[in-house]
Parts: sequence; structure tokens; C-alpha cells
Amino acid sequence: MRPHTLRPDTLTATTPAPDTDPNTRRGTGTRATRIIGVLTLIMLGWLVAFGLGFSPADRDQAEAVRIMYVHVPTVWVAYVALAVMAVCSAIYLFGRQHSLGFDRFAGASAEIAAVFMAITLVTGMLWGSITWGVYWQWDARLTSFALLLVSTIGYLAVRGLGGTHQQRAKRSAIVGMLIVLEIPLVHWSVRLWRSLHQDASVLDPNGDVSIDGLMLFSLFVGVVAFSLLYVWLLLHRARAAAMADLVDDVGLDQAIAARRAEGTTLAGGGAT
Amino acid sequence: MQNAFEIIGSYVFTFVVIGAFALGVIRRGRRLADRVDDEHKYWT
Repeated sequence: MRPHTLRPDTLTATTPAPDTDPNTRRGTGTRATRIIGVLTLIMLGWLVAFGLGFSPADRDQAEAVRIMYVHVPTVWVAYVALAVMAVCSAIYLFGRQHSLGFDRFAGASAEIAAVFMAITLVTGMLWGSITWGVYWQWDARLTSFALLLVSTIGYLAVRGLGGTHQQRAKRSAIVGMLIVLEIPLVHWSVRLWRSLHQDASVLDPNGDVSIDGLMLFSLFVGVVAFSLLYVWLLLHRARAAAMADLVDDVGLDQAIAARRAEGTTLAGGGAT
Repeated sequence: MQNAFEIIGSYVFTFVVIGAFALGVIRRGRRLADRVDDEHKYWT
């Protein structure tokens, strides 16, 4: 195992300053993330154009349907992000190597899921204010989804409890795999209980697509845009987490070395 | 457009929140990258 090194400790007169070092300036970006980033921006532009412009008003919902083009894709990405969190948690927990890389991807994915769930809730409330006349109802779908968001925030809090990286990974993997079990409950809540929230619009229970072509395309653009955004965020966030773990390790190594040196000095002073 | 406040507001809220989160992730990554040698950055 290579010893950990941090840039500020190794800075000398011959080492380029961080701001002038092209490798350091790179941060967490690569050519692949830059390509994904550009594609994401293009797709988000398309989403605005189709969602607010080209897509027609709905027969029943009128203009409020335009909110669906951000509401539905964000909840889709949130579910995917939570599924990725659960899969990465399981690979960490049951894998032979207990690789912290999977734990970091799980943590990064949960963080992104929390952001997307918050957006889903707020856009849903705005849609509700138009369609139902109220921002919030203690409805089965809304309440179970809010509980899922709170659980995800709890997962993130558990990750920050301290201890070694392996301890963090083990406890958060268990919590993460439990949280994802809430998703079927949220999804089927509209069927299990009487709910204000509408049932599936794109695919009805018979598997038929029951939505206008341009509306379906606008939804598709939203799903692609936010999925690309998720991948871009996940890569950057997981890389930042890897560096944060390294910085933590080095800080701990240095603290231990300082205490040892202090103890040696004291022992030497006591002997004389 | 009817209900323009809610409709445009939902798009603005979405992009502002995602933009702020993305900016935070990038800034944190760059700050940490200044402190870590390139050999430990598996993506470089």
C-alpha cells in the first residue's frame, strides 16, 4: 500500500503552486465527464423548449401538465439513484474485498437522490396547488414519498456519524439496503390506499401507452436529460468523496504521528 | 399562459437547486484536488 501524500505538505520551491499546475486544476473532471456535461446542457435546453414551448396543453390538466416534464423525470432519477445506492451497498457488504469505492458511490448516489426527491416534492406541490387547490395533502403517495426523503436524509446523517471508513461503510450499507425497500411501497401506494395522486399516465395497467406523442417525447427528453445529469453528478461526487477520505486518512496519520512525537519528547524529558 | 407562476417557478426551482448542488460538488472537488497528489486520483 502506497503511503498517503497531500499536496500542501509536499509543496517546495520547485513544486508548482496548485493554481498553476494543470493536473491539479483538473479537479474531478475528465474528458468523459465534460462530454456528458455538454450533452446534459443540450438536453436540458431541449427540455425547456419542449416542456414550456412545443408541447401542447393537456385536455384535463391544461398548462399544468408542463410541470410533469420535470416532476416525473426527477422522481425517475431519484428511484434509480436509490437503487444504485442499494446495489453498491450490497456489493460492499457481501463482496469479498469490501471495497470502499462502492461505499462512496452509494453515498454519492444517495446525496443526489435526496436533491432530486426534494425537487420532486416541490414541483409536485406546485402542480397540486393548480390541480387540487392545495400545496399539500396527507395523501398516501405524498406522505410515503416524504418519508422516503426523510429516510434518505437519515442515511446521509448515518454516514456522518464518525468512526473509520469501514465502520461508516458497513453501517450505512445496512441502512441503505433497508431504505430502498420503501420504493415499492411509495410506487404502489396509489393502489394500496385511496389516493388523490393520479395513477400511472404513461403506461396504464394494461401496458398501453396512453399519452399524446409530443407529450411523451417531452417526457422522454426530460428523462434523458436528468439521467445524464445524474451520471455526471455521480462521477464528480464519488471522486470528491475519494479525495475527502484520503485527506481524512492523512490527517489522522499526522495526528497520530504528532502524538507519538509528543510522547517521545515527554518520555525523553522525564528520563533526564 | 395560465398558472405561469407555478409552471415557470417549478422549472426555475429545479434548475437553481441542481445548479447550486452541481456547483458545490465541483468546487469541493477542486478544493480537495489541490490537496491530493495526482497519483491518488484514479480518474487521471
